[in-house]
Amino acid sequence: MEAADRKKLDEIINKYRGEEGFLIQLLLDLQNELHWIPKEAIKELSLRTGIPVSRIFRVASFYKAMSLSPVGRHKVSVCMGTACQVRGAQRLLDATESRLGIKAGQTTRDLNFTLNRVNCLGCCAIGPVMVADDTYHGRADASTAEKILKQIAAD
Amino acid sequence: MARLTSMQDLAVLRDEIKAKKDNRAKEVAICTGTGCLGLGAAKVFTTFQAEIESRGLQGDIRVKETGCPGFCQRGTIVVVSPPGVYYLGVQPSDVGEIIDQTLLSDRLVDRLLYTDPQTGQKAIREEEIPFYRYQKRLLIKNNIKIDPKNIYDYIAQGGYQALVRVLSGMTPQQVIDEIKRSGLRGRGGGGFPTGQKWQSTRDAADPIKYVIVNCDEGDPGAFMDRALMEGNPHSVLEGLIIGAYAVGAHSGFIYVRMEYPLAVENARHALHQARELGLLGENILGSGFDFDASVHRGAGAFVSGESTALMNALEGKVGEPRPKYLHTSECGVWNRPSLLNNVETWANVPLIINCGSDWFSSRGTERSKGTKIFSLVGKVNNTGLVEVPMGMSLADIIYKIGGGIPEGKKLKGVQTGGPSGGIIPARHLETPVDFEELTRLGSMMGSGSIIVIDEDTCAVDLARYFVDFLCDESCGKCLPCREGLKRMREILDGIVSGRGEESDLQLLREIASLMKDASLCALGRTAVNPVLSTMTYFPEEYAAHIMEKRCPSLSCKALVSYCIQPELCVGCKLCLKNCPQGAIAEEGDICVIDQSRCSRCGICFDLCPPKARAVKKASRGSKQA
Repeated sequence: MEAADRKKLDEIINKYRGEEGFLIQLLLDLQNELHWIPKEAIKELSLRTGIPVSRIFRVASFYKAMSLSPVGRHKVSVCMGTACQVRGAQRLLDATESRLGIKAGQTTRDLNFTLNRVNCLGCCAIGPVMVADDTYHGRADASTAEKILKQIAAD
Repeated sequence: MARLTSMQDLAVLRDEIKAKKDNRAKEVAICTGTGCLGLGAAKVFTTFQAEIESRGLQGDIRVKETGCPGFCQRGTIVVVSPPGVYYLGVQPSDVGEIIDQTLLSDRLVDRLLYTDPQTGQKAIREEEIPFYRYQKRLLIKNNIKIDPKNIYDYIAQGGYQALVRVLSGMTPQQVIDEIKRSGLRGRGGGGFPTGQKWQSTRDAADPIKYVIVNCDEGDPGAFMDRALMEGNPHSVLEGLIIGAYAVGAHSGFIYVRMEYPLAVENARHALHQARELGLLGENILGSGFDFDASVHRGAGAFVSGESTALMNALEGKVGEPRPKYLHTSECGVWNRPSLLNNVETWANVPLIINCGSDWFSSRGTERSKGTKIFSLVGKVNNTGLVEVPMGMSLADIIYKIGGGIPEGKKLKGVQTGGPSGGIIPARHLETPVDFEELTRLGSMMGSGSIIVIDEDTCAVDLARYFVDFLCDESCGKCLPCREGLKRMREILDGIVSGRGEESDLQLLREIASLMKDASLCALGRTAVNPVLSTMTYFPEEYAAHIMEKRCPSLSCKALVSYCIQPELCVGCKLCLKNCPQGAIAEEGDICVIDQSRCSRCGICFDLCPPKARAVKKASRGSKQA
């Protein structure tokens, strides 16, 4: 791990010192800061907190919000909730996958994009919904996806 | 913010806020809930702010961000008060006109008002819009009046009055009795009597107890908890503090799924402000009662919404359910008695305390009392959140409030209860919506999603969708759920791709009955509902897929084909440019699909301009194709 990442890990561990049941909250913070959870971080965390590596790994691999491999600079999610589904979310996902050349859950080779399918973002009334770098786009279709991805790539 | 040390202090503060409020003549409320944000609300808000500032009007006009008032279909929603002009579909480019016309010269901007599609009549205020007129909004009516980040707004609307009432003159048992009498039942899905749950937590011997808000709203299609937590977090918090007092808990958790970042932010903010004002912490309002709470983020697991799984997650463990030999009201988080209620359930508590259990139970049906917020979504004209008394019929919800089905399509049915629910066919639309009736039809209330489906949605594919969803979300701890779902997915995948066999239906029934009996938690036990309900109500669709290898809704990819009708094609090449397979070529002035390369994604069908509608969908192998 790089020194900067190690420093972030330190800060996060100190933040939760003395709190019961902090593991998930700590890993979420780590995910937010580093955008993934490296093996070294798990080892270090285990040494510092006394929680066995196996338990940390189990939690980190169980939850969708945590990633054990590096993710792309830009995160794109397509909502596959039922309301989006009946309004054509599958076609939106198909179009996004073919535009990026990856399947949902994968990252482009240049580490530029990670594409995810999510099970409901709770904006069902404006579906299909696509989230690109934390910005929500309602009533999205293949041409919206094209426009958004082009714009992100140009930035 | 000065800490309030007595109940009198709160009353004084409320009077002060109300007196100060009148200073500015006008107010612009802009919904910045997640729905409206997805339609560009952030820009509308900043444009308003910038315009008001550049014109030097800050002293006269307050611009505020509010939570979701429900009519997401027509966002961004902007309300100008007084008199309460309700503008829909507002874009940043409309802002200047609203300021000039409505704020400065009391004129209306006609095109932003709701227009009745039948009569052409315009509606000016909220209550004139049919979407709102037939609702009974008790829980979400304040969302558009309150800046969720400003506790003073909540207090000005009478917030924390119920807490004062409880702390100043009710014993914990009296509070519980009031909740019991109200007939309130859990809004998260199970419909368990809330008062009874409170009583058993209070009666548990352990002196250390916890109260928990479940905002892990994972049911796809449901978003009422998000709207309440984002839009009026103090109403939930007030309920939680009252519950803590009633059962004797001194700490609590608000568990919010991480897919709701704004709800996490607003909940945290609400806790912070309540703490500063002395509504949380030691000796709340001088009553001698101590209570505090913290926000826990979920980490993305549907099963964590199950109460015992959620408690595991609070302890920092994998969010898998525990066997319920002991009720969580006796042995929950850290093996202590724990009272867990859903967001909407908690938000009902201050209402019941303020208005009385009789008032509350005067609404609803015999066994389901009060109002319920439903998310009306899918193929319906007015999508959004609707709050109605329990017992309103599905037909009234869909046609009176929802305005019917778009594009003149035929209604096929409604899906309620999320992945644990079922699909109710159109012939049962007169059913009054309450806990018992929905269960009787093989579905359930769940958290209150009503997903309308029309003739274009395939019932078999929808069942497959839910099984696929649950396969992804099953924690894998017990075998019936883990393996049963996988096998059901294989079978359903086969049916929708034209590989189904007659024996499949029997096999599906067998797996379903086993999963129902033997799964550890409700996820597995109810996972069979989407499959069984569609098999009961739409047997002809299963038969068409299996016997004729045909999808009657023309929805299953493997069973349809697309072609471009030469006489209708205008040669715009939109389909050609966007076809991911490169399967479309030019032939003279028109476009033609190469069937051997077509992946049947349907992008050409979506993109073909409405004036041409040249792309045609047909059953695979049929003559039209």
